[in-house]
Amino acid sequence: MTKKVFGKPKCLKENVFHYCAGCGHSIVHRLIAEVIDELDIRGITIGVPPAGCAVLAYNYFDIDMIEAQHGRAPAMATGIKRTLPDRVVFSYQGDGDMAAIGIAESFHAANRGENITVIFINNAVYGMTGGQMAPTTLLGQRTTTSPSGRDKTKDGYPIRVSEVLSCLPGTTFIERCTVNSPPNIIKAKKAIKKAFQYQIDGLGFSMIEVLSPCPTNWKMTPIAACKWIDDVMSKEFPLGIIKDIKSSDKGEKSHVS
Amino acid sequence: MNKVLMQGNKVIGEAAIRAGCRFYAGYPITPQNELPEYMAENMCRVKDGVFIQSESEIAAIHMVAGASAAGARTMTSSSSPGISLKQEGISSMAACELPGVIVNMMRGGPGLGNISPAQGDYFQATRGGGHGDYRTIVLAPATGQELADLTMDAFDLADEYRMPVMILADGMMGQMMEPVVFKEPKLRQYRERYVLKGAGAGKSRFIRGLILDPRAMEEHNWKLARKYEVITQRETRHEAFNTKDAELIVTAYGTAARIAKGAIKRLRDTGLKIGLFRPITLWPFPARELQELSRRTEEFFVFELSTGQMIEDIYLALCGQGHVNFYGRPGGVVPTPVELAHVIARQYPKKDRHHE
Repeated sequence: MTKKVFGKPKCLKENVFHYCAGCGHSIVHRLIAEVIDELDIRGITIGVPPAGCAVLAYNYFDIDMIEAQHGRAPAMATGIKRTLPDRVVFSYQGDGDMAAIGIAESFHAANRGENITVIFINNAVYGMTGGQMAPTTLLGQRTTTSPSGRDKTKDGYPIRVSEVLSCLPGTTFIERCTVNSPPNIIKAKKAIKKAFQYQIDGLGFSMIEVLSPCPTNWKMTPIAACKWIDDVMSKEFPLGIIKDIKSSDKGEKSHVS
Repeated sequence: MNKVLMQGNKVIGEAAIRAGCRFYAGYPITPQNELPEYMAENMCRVKDGVFIQSESEIAAIHMVAGASAAGARTMTSSSSPGISLKQEGISSMAACELPGVIVNMMRGGPGLGNISPAQGDYFQATRGGGHGDYRTIVLAPATGQELADLTMDAFDLADEYRMPVMILADGMMGQMMEPVVFKEPKLRQYRERYVLKGAGAGKSRFIRGLILDPRAMEEHNWKLARKYEVITQRETRHEAFNTKDAELIVTAYGTAARIAKGAIKRLRDTGLKIGLFRPITLWPFPARELQELSRRTEEFFVFELSTGQMIEDIYLALCGQGHVNFYGRPGGVVPTPVELAHVIARQYPKKDRHHE
C-alpha cells in the first residue's frame, strides 16, 4: 500500500501557471489553496484578485472570484463581505495596487476593521507593466522609471505598508513573510492560515505581506533573487509578526525591527 | 399608500429601500447629501441593509460593484464632480455586467463648478462616461413622483439587463419638496446564476472585465452592443405634452422640461400652439418618437441648463428634418417659466401665427 503524502491542492485548477520562472505568485497561490483546503472553506470563499501579474488568478483558483480594478480590491471585498458576512473574503494585491493607486482603499478598509484578509505581494517593483518603480522600491534600486536608482529626494522612501496599517486599531493580525526558501514558505503558509482563521473568528482586518521574488524585473536569476530578498530586501522590510491582537502585548506592535 | 410631502433626495432613498436596495455606499457632496443621510438613517429598517460612508467616490462605486456581485440590490449617489470619479467603476460594472443604480444630482461644472442645478453632464451620462465601448441606461425624472417611480424602475432595469442604470437629475430636483405616493415596487427577481457567493459544493465562477484575447474581447463588445440594441428597441420613454396640434415643439428634460411646461401653458393661454417633447430615457434616446413628430411639425426648440448637449441627440433623431433653435442656461442659472416663455415666443413660426 502506498500512501499519498503530497499532491495538488483541491482548490487549484489544472491550468499551468503563466508566471515567470522563479516568480513568487505561483508559490503563494499554492499556499492559499492549501490553506483553503485545510480549513475546508472552498465553498464559502470569495477571492478578489488585482490588476497586475495576478490578474488571471481566477484561471488557477477553483473558488468564486471577481477581478477588481487597479487598487480597488479592498473596496470590492468590503462590498462582498458586508453583503455576505458569513463568507471568507480575501483580496490578493501587489505593491502598486496596495500602496500606490489603492492606498486609500487599503488604509480605510483596514481602518474600518473590515473582516477580510489581504494577501499583499511585495516585490518592490511593478511586475506586469514591465518593471517600473513601486512605492516599495528600495532606495538605490534601479527600475525602468528610476534608471539611476530610487532617489529619496526625488522619489521619496519605500513605504512599509504593514507597519503603517498596524498602527490602525481596525487591524488584527499582520505578518511579513517571504517565499524564498522552504522554511520561509512553511512560515508563510502558517501566517496565511492564521490570517484566514482570524477572519473566520470575526476579529477584523488581517494582512499577510509576502516578499516575493521577481527575477524577470530584478534582472537576476531565480536563485540570486531569493538571495537578494535575504541580503537586501528584508533589511528594509523586516520579516516577522508586525501585529497580533491575540499576543500578550494587547494589540501593540509585537515586532518591528 | 398615502401621499407624503418629501424632499427629492429623500424620495430616492425611500424608493430605493422599497425597491429592495440593500447596499448603499456613498461619499458626501452637495447637493445630494440628504440621500446618503437618509440611507444612513433608514437602511437599518430592513434586514441585511448596509450603509457605508466610503472614503471616496471611487471606493463607493467599487463597494457597490462588490455588493452587486454578491447579489445585493445596490445604489450609490453623487453629484457631478463625484460622478466623474465614479466613472472607473461604472465602466467596470458595464464590462462585468453588474447591476447597480447610480444617482447623479447634477450641479454646475466643469471642474468643481458650483452647487447650483445644471445639466452639463448629459454627454458624460449618455455616451458611456467612462472608458470603453459601453452605455448606461439613463433615466431623467422631472417630478418628485417620477423620482420615486423611476428609482424603483431603475433597479428592475439594472437587474433585467445586468448593467448600471443612472438616475440623472439635478440639485433643484434633489432639494425640492413635493407630494409623492410610493407605489408597489415590481421587485422582479434577478437572475441568481450570475451571483457570486462562494462556490458551495459546485463549480466555481469568476467575474472579470479583463479579456486579453482580442477576438474574445471583440465578442464581448458585440455581446454588450446587442444588449444595448435590445434596450434601444424596448426601453425608450418620453412624455408628449400638447404635441398633436403643435406648430412649435419644445424639447427639454428634467428640471428644464418642468420649466418649459410652465412656459408652454402660459403661451397656450395666449393662443400659441406649442407642445413639449420630454425624453424620460436619455439613453436610449426616444429618437423614433421624436422623428414621428417631425412629420407634423417643422419647428423645434431645445431648452437645456447647459450650453447644448441633448441638442445633438435631437439633430441625430431629426436627421435634417425640421428647424432647430436652442436656448441654454449653463452654470447653475435657472430661468423662470415667464422668462422662458418670452424666449420661446420669439421662436414661434411667424408665418403661421396670423394666417391659420
